[in-house]
Order: sequence, then C-alpha cells, then structure tokens
Amino acid sequence: MAAAARFLLKSAASSKASINNITKGVRSGLGLTLLRLSPKCDPHARTQKRHAAHFTFQPDPTPTEYGQTQKMNLFQSITSALDNTLAKDPTAVIFGEDVAFGGVFRCTVGLRDKYGQDRIFNTPLCEQGIVGFGIGIAVTGATAIAEIQFADYIYPAFDQIVNEAAKYRYRSGNLFDCGSLTIRAPWGCVGHGSLYHSQSPEAFFAHCPGVKIVIPRSPVQAKGLLLSCIEDKNPCIFFEPKILYRAAVEQVPVEPYYIPLSQAEVLQEGSDVTLVAWGTQVHVMREVANMAQEKLGVSCELIDLQTILPWDTDTVCKSVAKTGRLLVSHEAPVTGGFAAEISSTVQEECFLNLEAPIARVCGYDTPFPHIFEPFYIPDKWKCFEAVKKMINY
Amino acid sequence: AATLECPVIFFCRNNGYAISTPTNEQYRGDGIAARGPGYGMMSIRVDGNDVFAVYNATKEARRRATAENQPFLIEAMTYRIGHHSTSDDSSAYRSVDEVNYWDKQDHPISRLRQHMVSRGWWDEEQEKAWRKQSRKRVMEAFEQAERRLKPSPDLMFTDVYHEVPPHLHRQREDMWRHVKQHREQYPLEQYDK
Repeated sequence: MAAAARFLLKSAASSKASINNITKGVRSGLGLTLLRLSPKCDPHARTQKRHAAHFTFQPDPTPTEYGQTQKMNLFQSITSALDNTLAKDPTAVIFGEDVAFGGVFRCTVGLRDKYGQDRIFNTPLCEQGIVGFGIGIAVTGATAIAEIQFADYIYPAFDQIVNEAAKYRYRSGNLFDCGSLTIRAPWGCVGHGSLYHSQSPEAFFAHCPGVKIVIPRSPVQAKGLLLSCIEDKNPCIFFEPKILYRAAVEQVPVEPYYIPLSQAEVLQEGSDVTLVAWGTQVHVMREVANMAQEKLGVSCELIDLQTILPWDTDTVCKSVAKTGRLLVSHEAPVTGGFAAEISSTVQEECFLNLEAPIARVCGYDTPFPHIFEPFYIPDKWKCFEAVKKMINY
Repeated sequence: AATLECPVIFFCRNNGYAISTPTNEQYRGDGIAARGPGYGMMSIRVDGNDVFAVYNATKEARRRATAENQPFLIEAMTYRIGHHSTSDDSSAYRSVDEVNYWDKQDHPISRLRQHMVSRGWWDEEQEKAWRKQSRKRVMEAFEQAERRLKPSPDLMFTDVYHEVPPHLHRQREDMWRHVKQHREQYPLEQYDK
C-alpha cells in the first residue's frame, strides 16, 4: 500500500481539493496531505519490500599517509575531489545536466555557491553536446569535467568519445589533444534501476584505444582515482557505482591525493583462486572469499582491477600463475563483457599454470531487467559455486 | 518526416523543466514550435492547459497530415507542478510560490471543471461523489495488483529477440539449476512459477 500512498500523494499535489474526502492528514509546503492507509491494506505485504542489498560494503582501514581525514560517503568523496580540483586549478569547470543545484546524486552540492556559475553550470539535455563541448574546452587546455547523468545515457556521446576524444591526439600526430577531459557517470545496479538506470557500459569503451576507463570500489579509492583521472593527460571515463553513493562510508583524506591508474590492487592474498572484480562487485567477491575459506578451506586472492583500460595484466597474470585458477565477475552481460578480455589474455600468458578453465560469473545476455534483478545479478552464491567448480575440476 | 512527406504528428509537451533545468538553460530560441519551420514542417504552439485548444489543434493536425501527407509539430505549453520523480525534491531549485501559481491559477483540470460548472454540466456534489468513487477504484486496483505475483523469472530471457537463441536457453537452464540449489537465497515465493 505504500506504493499507492506515494502515487496518490503525487496526484494530490496537483489539486488540493481532492483531499476533501480523505480523513485528517498533515499538510506540507506544497499542500500535500498524507494519506491515511485504509485498514484493508497490509503495509508489510511481502510484495512491498525492497530487497536488501546483495552485498555488504567493507570500508578499508583509514589511510594515514594523506593527512587529516573526514567521514564521507561516496558522493561526498567525489564532491571533495571536485572541490580540491576547482580550488587549485583555475581552468577547471564542471558541467552536465542538473549539476548546478547539486546534481541528482548530490555530487556537486555547494560547488556553484563556492566557485561561481562560470565554473559549474548546467548544459542542455544533450550528451553528444556535453562531451563535444568538453572536448572543445579540453583542446584549449582547460580542465573539463563532464557529467553524464547515468552511464545508461552515455551512448549519444559515443561518437564524440570514440571518434573525436579518443583519436584527437593520434590523428593530429600529437599536435593537439583533449587530455584534460574527464567524463564522470553513475554506473551499475542499484536494486530498482531496471533497463536504463543500472548499466555497466565499460566493455563498449574498452574496445576504444585512446580513452582510459576507471571504476572505484569505495570513497577513498574514488577520490584518489578521480583526481588521477583529472590530472591524467588522456581523456578518461570515470564510472561511479551509484549503489555505493550513500552505502559506502569511509574516512577520506580532506586534501588531494592520487591513486595511480592502471595498477590493480591486491586486496587480500591467497593461494588457491584468483578473484578479479571492480566497483561494487569487489565487495561481493570479498564475501565470496570469506565463504570459500569458511566452507571449503579455500584461500582466495582478491584483486580490484580499478582501471579497465589500460588494465594491469601483470598483476593479474602474476596472481594466476601462483593460484592456477581465475574467476572474473561483473554485472554487465557475459558475452563480450570485460571478463572475456581478461580471460583471453590470461590464458595466453598463463596457459600452463591453469588448473581449471577460467570462470566468468556475469549478467545474462539480456537487457538489465526490472523485476528480475535478484535473479540476474552475479551474486555471491553464483560466484561461490564457480569457485567450488574450479576447485573440484 | 518532412523530406519523405509522412503523415506524422510530433507532439511536444513543454512543461518548463528537465529535472532542475528550466527552459532558459535548455535553449535560447523560441521554444520547440519555432524549430518546425526550419525543417519545413507546419507548426503550432498551443496552450497545453486548455483541453479544448489542444483537442482542436490535434484534430486539425491529424486531418491535414492525412489529407496532405505532411508532418505537423504541436508544442503544448504547460507546467510541471509535481517533482520530477520520487527521487526529486523540487524545492531545491524552484520556489513554492512559482508552483502554487500554476497549481491554483492555471491548472488544466481546474480550468475544465470551472468551464463545465459554468455550463451547468457539473457541480460540487458530483465532484465530491466522483472523487470518492475514483479514489475507491484506484485503491481497489492497487490492492488487486499488489496481491498478484511477479512474473515468472523464465520471462527474463524472452523478448530479447523475436526467438530465444540457444545461448539464452542455456543461460536460463543455468539460472534455474543454480536457483533450485539455493532456493532460500531467492524470493521465489513472490514470483509466478
């Protein structure tokens, strides 16, 4: 019934007089009246519950080498990185849909008040224009930070990214470049995002030499990696796991710091299976590693890839040479997903080390579903089964 | 549509906002209707809150589109009173006064009701009764819908293509094999078999 109440609240907003027959409620600023639920409605009907998240966020230990820290969630760590950038780089500008009031995920809250409307501003609703405009700014040498509201909406900008941004330096023989362009976009499943608010499009861009692709797993990682992307002299795409915007909270350094690109991080050492993931899926895999240890006595080495392109083949291959088994997992559909690239390279480099076929636990080859999300995502149970299968191969 | 001379109506509902972005940050030209002539397309701007104006414009556009094989552009001007979505609080970017003006002074339903009342086609009593009845019907529909189970997870694999290709058959089998082995981890009771 909660859904019904919300629906009627919204329609009530357009005509206050519609409330006449509803028993007493509370009026708020826009004349909305809270609907008293009819006694027949069961607010706890099992069809009403939103499912709990499929993972538990694990904060990393507070970094000590970057100075004073502050408790921040993921969107706040992004704001902090952007704030640092606008403060020290007078050419930096941030633009995109709805960024002026703070953004649909609050990543740019307070920045326009602090730095002015010439540095943080809305664009029309046109992704091709957002990126095209960003390329133009970057070519002049200024620092362009473009926001695409959801990674699902990035495709109108695909031509600008692939044919313009990625090839700018190459086609001009290094006379010109748009290296000071960074594109940010919320990424990945969120429980209720369905077809167009859940996508992980990294594989489309992995096929495009000339751009870099980076995906953080946490607030501390996000700020350090985003600052590196902004400094990096190549156009970068930075995907932010939206399900972590509020759920991931850590102590994050207040001053700028830089986490290097194209260096995968070994989060946990192990001897039997290498687990590779990025973004939200790193936390799923952490649980899988624990399950493998507890239930199977299997020791997993967990790697956060962080940079998808160019990716750190050395770290992954070195790990698989040691363990002999590899599981790669991502939400994006399995066919042509980035796990396929990793799998192919690893079998080239580590063929004789492999004890079992490389496993990929990924989304199915369908659009990201709405109501079927719990069955679609590569959850810890599917990953655990894959580990078991490799061990028993 | 213009170069191929198609009987198409392009209907643009201009409600003043795209989430937090007002139209003056969206374009600087004379709205959407003014773009039609650039395409060689007949265009009209209409008061979107006047149900008869919209009806008449659309009826005429349809008549001419089919009679003359050319497209028409209709820009219906209105105002988005509600928030963009349940994830939006529009008080963050516009004043309550602005919203109240449109809610009270220029609301399509209120305008129609007042017109009907002035013609003697409607009155307060009918209004009360209709609202009560409507609310009841909506609530009943909600309750009935919420009692229904969600569709079977089999349907996750259909309608990707016209036919279900072999690899999707295999993935569906993999899914069920896995889910049956771990039943307690999946909310199967909420879904149709």
